[in-house]
Amino acid sequence: MANQSSRQPTITVTPEQYKSLAQQYTPKPTVVKNVVRAFFVGGIICVIGQIIINLFVIAGLNRIDASTAATATMIFLGAMLTGLGVYDEIGKFGGAGSIVPITGFANSIVAPAMEFKREGYVLGVGAKLFTVAGPVLVYGIATSIVVGIVYFFLH
Amino acid sequence: MDLKRMGNQTVVFANPPVILSSYSVVGPKEGQGPLGKTFSKVWKDQLNGEKSWEFAESKMLREALEGAIAQVNVPSGHIDFMLAGDLLNQMISSNFAARQLALPFIGIYGACSTMALGMALGSMLIDGGFARYVLVGVSSHHDTAERQFRAPTEHGTQRAMSAQWTVTGAGSVLLGQTGVGPRITSATLGRVVDYAESNVNNMGSAMAPAVADTILNHLHDLHRHPADYDLIASGDLGAVGLALAGEVLKQSGRDMGTGFTDCGVMIFDANQDVHAGASGCGCSAVVFAGNIMQRIKAGELKRVLLVGSGALHSSTSALQGESIPGIGHAVVIEA
Amino acid sequence: MFEMIMPAFIVGGLICVIGQLLMDLTKPAFTPAHVLVSFVTGGAILGALGWYEPLVKIGGAGATIPLSGFGYSLAKGAMEAVGKQGILGALSGGVEATAVGIAAAVFFGYLMSVAFSPKG
Repeated sequence: MANQSSRQPTITVTPEQYKSLAQQYTPKPTVVKNVVRAFFVGGIICVIGQIIINLFVIAGLNRIDASTAATATMIFLGAMLTGLGVYDEIGKFGGAGSIVPITGFANSIVAPAMEFKREGYVLGVGAKLFTVAGPVLVYGIATSIVVGIVYFFLH
Repeated sequence: MDLKRMGNQTVVFANPPVILSSYSVVGPKEGQGPLGKTFSKVWKDQLNGEKSWEFAESKMLREALEGAIAQVNVPSGHIDFMLAGDLLNQMISSNFAARQLALPFIGIYGACSTMALGMALGSMLIDGGFARYVLVGVSSHHDTAERQFRAPTEHGTQRAMSAQWTVTGAGSVLLGQTGVGPRITSATLGRVVDYAESNVNNMGSAMAPAVADTILNHLHDLHRHPADYDLIASGDLGAVGLALAGEVLKQSGRDMGTGFTDCGVMIFDANQDVHAGASGCGCSAVVFAGNIMQRIKAGELKRVLLVGSGALHSSTSALQGESIPGIGHAVVIEA
Repeated sequence: MFEMIMPAFIVGGLICVIGQLLMDLTKPAFTPAHVLVSFVTGGAILGALGWYEPLVKIGGAGATIPLSGFGYSLAKGAMEAVGKQGILGALSGGVEATAVGIAAAVFFGYLMSVAFSPKG
């Protein structure tokens, strides 16, 4: 049965040709549909935020405090909807419409932390809380410091 | 010594090992799919009472392995080797399942091609005279794979249209030197092929060239044609990868015809929102152990080529910008 | 109660559309984490240049609820604090201005993570 034939069967498509084939066969993201959904979901989340601001103003807070309180409330809502297992469904539908608002930031905090609870409360929940929030705070705070320093020297 | 090797990459068994039994356990989503009735057991939820998804996956693999043993009259003490693998780091699902079964254990990793790889290696052990009975099993779990390779499950993200859904499932076969059942007659072990696809949401595209390479060599080594098979099924290329592999083979001079399909395309319906199809070790394992074995036993399929497809990357290599190497392992099963 | 609703809807929706285009039209390695980081950094830079302020005036929550608004608050806080306390304000101002948001995120995030388990 021994039959040591020489090599030859190798696919005759070059990596360059394959790249264009792969592009041709890979379905594109449905950009128009995604954009429309992102617009509506993002818009509605911001409207909810606006209503909460307005309610805080009616309750007697000044505009700036009302806006801060509304941000905290939205974070609470985003975190709770993630815990209830609803936010990932909103995200699947709304894409960036539910990622970009502050509720999406809350989602990115709770989702990994909750899932790593089985790895303990310190190295699981505590550490994973900052999987996405960490980079956001690092780049956000660092940028604000650079802005502050530049502002100091310009004025 | 008379070699049992043919051509470039193929081994032909002198005394083809028998598939004495097969068993499949799947999660609820797989159970609702078009092949739902062909699985031995369907879990009601992803945890099945275990305390974590990882424990659940290991339990699922154990159920599949024990299920295959229970179907035949082979005392578990007579099983010479257990070959198993999965996708998790350090193969914890297999290792922990092996802890319970207490059989001489060989852990194997071929990513999602592990079932075909295990069947090939098990057959080589038996035909080589090193074993009478070999137990082969693999598992994958959607939620353990998501958290290891992608994002936490509750993270609100959109999956790419080319992304595939990891099967929650474990499949196993018990191979024997003698007995009644379909036989594994030859196997073609694949080379690692990398055509520079680096998108982890397009694994089918990453694996298609490797599968095409293995099929091309298999047909060449045995002087066969696609029409010599009633069914040629790749493991988990998905819709995108299957189309790409077909196209690559066509351009390389092999028209696969209509008998070429993919376990990852078979297991879910279009309305199950899985995008390009299924993936994972468990995908080809449960489709083979369930649907394909039933069709072979019913006489519908006489000769089947199962080509397991694996994407050999890790989340670390992906973050570091490496492309995804693919591999394909093929086994021939004849009624 | 219903004032500023339409502006918030339109401005908020449009900011999210920019995020969607970033994800769909760039390479696949651009994840939601990259989107969030880009928005907070972008918002801080636009805030520093004075270009985000008009957006907040027009859109209200539509400009403050997206994460770019968080970046804007960081930059605005840093600049205001520099005006009051000099160079030290560059370090303290951003975090002080956004302290409520950061603390709420950590506290509610922890609370919900402990209270709930993932559905998968």
